[in-house]
Amino acid sequence: MITDDRTTDVSTTTPDAAGPPPPIRKIVVDAPPTVAPAAHTPVGHAATGGAPAHVRGEPGPERMALGGLSVFYGDNEAVKSVSLSIRLGEVLALIGPSGCGKTTLLRTLNRLTELTPGARRDGTILLEGTDIDALEVTTLRRRVSMVFQQPNPFPMSIFDNVAYALREQARKRPGRAVVEPLVEDALRRAGLWDEVKDKLDAPALRLSGGQQQRLCIARAIATRPEVLLMDEPCSALDPRSTLVIEQLIGELRQDLAIVIVTHNMQQARRVGDKVAFMYLGDLVECGPAEQIFDAPQAQRTRDYVRGAFG
Amino acid sequence: MAVATRPPKRHESIATWRWGDRIAFALCWAAGIGLCLIAALIVGYMAIRGIQYLKPSLLWSHPSGEVDQSNSGGFLDPILGTVLLTIIGIGIATPIAVATAVWVVEYGRPSWLARAVESGIEVVAGTPDIVLAIFGLALFQQGLFGWMSFTAEGGAVFGRSFLTAGAMMSLIALPMVYGNTREGLQAIPRHVREASYGLGKTRIATIRRVLLPAVKPNISTGAALGMGRIAGDTAIVVVLLGATLRLESEGSVPGANVLKGTGSTLTSYVYNNSPAGEGNAAEKAYAAAFVLLLVVVALNFAVDLLARRGAQTGLEGTRLGAGR
Repeated sequence: MITDDRTTDVSTTTPDAAGPPPPIRKIVVDAPPTVAPAAHTPVGHAATGGAPAHVRGEPGPERMALGGLSVFYGDNEAVKSVSLSIRLGEVLALIGPSGCGKTTLLRTLNRLTELTPGARRDGTILLEGTDIDALEVTTLRRRVSMVFQQPNPFPMSIFDNVAYALREQARKRPGRAVVEPLVEDALRRAGLWDEVKDKLDAPALRLSGGQQQRLCIARAIATRPEVLLMDEPCSALDPRSTLVIEQLIGELRQDLAIVIVTHNMQQARRVGDKVAFMYLGDLVECGPAEQIFDAPQAQRTRDYVRGAFG
Repeated sequence: MAVATRPPKRHESIATWRWGDRIAFALCWAAGIGLCLIAALIVGYMAIRGIQYLKPSLLWSHPSGEVDQSNSGGFLDPILGTVLLTIIGIGIATPIAVATAVWVVEYGRPSWLARAVESGIEVVAGTPDIVLAIFGLALFQQGLFGWMSFTAEGGAVFGRSFLTAGAMMSLIALPMVYGNTREGLQAIPRHVREASYGLGKTRIATIRRVLLPAVKPNISTGAALGMGRIAGDTAIVVVLLGATLRLESEGSVPGANVLKGTGSTLTSYVYNNSPAGEGNAAEKAYAAAFVLLLVVVALNFAVDLLARRGAQTGLEGTRLGAGR
């Protein structure tokens, strides 16, 4: 249920752009990008056959809007003029073969791509109607926070890991009494509180991989961000921890907009309300998960989704 | 031998080996065992001779310049000198080395400057200590550095003091601390830094609250190695510390007068008392050498301990360290 062997196979055998041409290249490379606008009407599950991890609800108001977003690394255009909308209460799953620009797209949303030398961006990204370039980068990243592929707690105690995120850049650091309730709240929402409440001062690196990743999620949601970005958050975890995190994503989406990059299409189907398929930097198709998997409109989506399922 | 003690299933007969492999195998064993023997010989010999002559009173009596060895006292001053000089040297070296390593790894722009810094440190690491000592003497005898040591009437600067020797000693320890800190920083995967930036932290906050705590074990290891180098160095002590038998203070400010004054360390004491040096008090030299050996061995064990603790609490050896 959690990871289908065949799906795993696909994600591991899809080589980088430098390697031998992936089987996916056989499909219409020259076809123009067909961007299907997302329809916000939920589709019934009865016909889909897949069992979703949660009941999908009505999407909330728009949190982020991408308009004609392009990202370049030097001369290489990694993301080509993508327009998307990210809504509260909705999980947007980005899928596509390796090197298709989905991680770059994700990292652009909180301006992490700026750390890469030679990276350049075109187009607009609006957060609640404000251009993200107009925001202080530290403020932006507190409002649009991120969870990475590898669980990466900092080498400090469990408590301090969450408190670190809470303490703003300020002359005076708030004391433990001030941040304690906020830390507890974040750990509770990340479903980790019961496991760690007795050892908050233990080093975070002693936790298991799944617990570490949930700690990273707690850290990321502690500042009450509006958008949570997740870059393959389960790919370094075992199936059991993956299940826990997927359930957590389902709960968190009630008060957050979540964007998740995943190689695992079963996972995209389980957690995604909306799925965006990217290929060679193009946003090929974006729509409700059921539509992308069961009735894709673009030829390339159809081929990719079908190929992935065997 | 080792092959024979393996479980029988994995038994591999040496008879099937090529002659070259057999010889190389034997040489590897011989080299390892030989080194162990040499180390054991040194420690054993020094222990026998040292314990033979070491009396507790030697550890806390001041030395004095008597020809009669029963009246020439112990080596309290050299022990204090070793401790003081080590603290001064590592106290100067650690902040500079850590700051340099952070700059090279985290900023490192322009890259020609970073390369220049790297080779500068390599040059310092490769300079013989006697060259550093003479250079230090020439430098600290300039009037500009008069505050660091004794100034004679007429303005001639003596240039020899705990401060000047400590400053040069820091150059001996600096490459150790720098190298360890740099390796520690380079071992931290990029996504750990990005996680901190991703939480809205600035680069400087990331360095202070995430990166430096993560490399604390590396800094400690480097500092302990550097302290061993300082405690074992002789040339700088003889040239720049004056190698006076007792701590001679200079000036009237308490504390600062010791720093401005001269003294000796266990290394210079051993040298001066051995038949190789000026003195002819082999017993005292053996006893002091044994104490020095204990200090350095203790520092080496501290390094091991810190490295092992670092493997438990630091990023190295965890899924994070391996994740790169």
